[in-house]
Amino acid sequence: MDNKVNYLLRLGDNALILSQQLSQWCGKGPALEEDMALTNVALDLLGQTRLWYQYAAELEGAGRDEDQLAYLRDAHDFKNCLLLEQPNGNYADTLVRQFYFDTWHYFLIEGLTRSSDARIAAIAEKSLKEVTYHLRRSGDLIVRLGDGTEVSHARTQAAVDALWMYSGEVFAYDAVDEAMVAAGVAPAANELRAQWLAHVAEIFAEATLTMPPADAWMQQGGKQGRHSEHLGFILAEMQFLQRAYPGAEW
Amino acid sequence: MKAAATAIAAAAPAVRSAADAARPATTVTPATTVAPAKAGAHAEQIWTWLAEVPDPEIPVISIVDLGIVRDVRVAADGGCDVTITPTYSGCPAMQVIADAITDALHAHGIAQVRLHNQISPAWTTDWMSDAGKVALKGYGIAPPAQQVIDISGLRAGSRSAAGRSTAAAAVARRAVAAPIVACPYCGSQHTDITSQFGSTPCKALYKCLDCREPFDYFKCH
Repeated sequence: MDNKVNYLLRLGDNALILSQQLSQWCGKGPALEEDMALTNVALDLLGQTRLWYQYAAELEGAGRDEDQLAYLRDAHDFKNCLLLEQPNGNYADTLVRQFYFDTWHYFLIEGLTRSSDARIAAIAEKSLKEVTYHLRRSGDLIVRLGDGTEVSHARTQAAVDALWMYSGEVFAYDAVDEAMVAAGVAPAANELRAQWLAHVAEIFAEATLTMPPADAWMQQGGKQGRHSEHLGFILAEMQFLQRAYPGAEW
Repeated sequence: MKAAATAIAAAAPAVRSAADAARPATTVTPATTVAPAKAGAHAEQIWTWLAEVPDPEIPVISIVDLGIVRDVRVAADGGCDVTITPTYSGCPAMQVIADAITDALHAHGIAQVRLHNQISPAWTTDWMSDAGKVALKGYGIAPPAQQVIDISGLRAGSRSAAGRSTAAAAVARRAVAAPIVACPYCGSQHTDITSQFGSTPCKALYKCLDCREPFDYFKCH
């Protein structure tokens, strides 16, 4: 598979899987405002997914469209990072997952606005305002939960610790990522990682949360299609209709 | 995931051609008479027609006042090319807007309407017209309070290790995140945010601390 197509699918898959996960909170959020916020973020991510998939499908030139990329690929063809397929859990689990992602996503998208690929730069420019809003919100909520009650602090710290090993995969560049960096398409990993660590450290300090060691061992594999058992269940629900009724429209 | 707007553009004229045949065209300009000078005037007319197409989710404001319509070009065949841009990437109203534009121009006798979806430069609330802002306020939605969001607060915050204190960075971040929003009912600036997201992607929920009314705020973007 062409490196750029692969890279675009990674971007789209991250956004789609997280969007699908957030959609699960619809009607079940702890407060109406939170319900709306998560579904709005899910909608933004779904819109971004479409922009990445449309471009990937065009470059691929294999006759597949965005719907086929979303609904007719199996788990081993998905390239999302493992962080995003981790279960919604309690609200702290969902928000810590979101905060880890949003922080990386913001600095990545900001870097992609300077991509040598004009289409990628345009999609990044379109997404940046949305992504900025997401990060402000998730950072503020981490502070409120971390520096909140004893229970909210304990649950948030537990989520921080449990999800930490999934936070580093986005910076573990393989040949596909490095080819994109070499072509000026994507920003380098070390710069993104430094920005990510600095922002997470700042928010955690304000939230009275303890940051796990930056050099901790990190899980990998999602980008290469090696997933946890969670992804299969997510896809089963997301793809059911198109699998059962191929080509169904509404 | 529905078909992209570009696909809609390709499909819509064919789908509607039967209905159009039954509808008497009132202002069709024969392609042979569309001279370059006249084409400019024609585009002006199309802009005024589009200014009557309401946003499907906030019907008090037109798609032109909202800044969604970016370009109108009259083609040699008498049809026209309309370029639109989404407010938010996932805005679910884009397909409805595309259909509404096609319907409106068909009603004015333009048989061939080709829609183009453009994402760059990205839509901003700076493109909202003053008339649109007044209409929003009259409708109970506070218009965007400042120019496009400034991401420097966030970025400065992330570099706080290089000099700024964490507390100062946090204050800066909050200041950027919380613009002063005037109540659309009583005008008071003594308002507070209830929710950073509202009934549509482009709005947040606020409440007035003086007249106690809750209201929508059209977020700066």
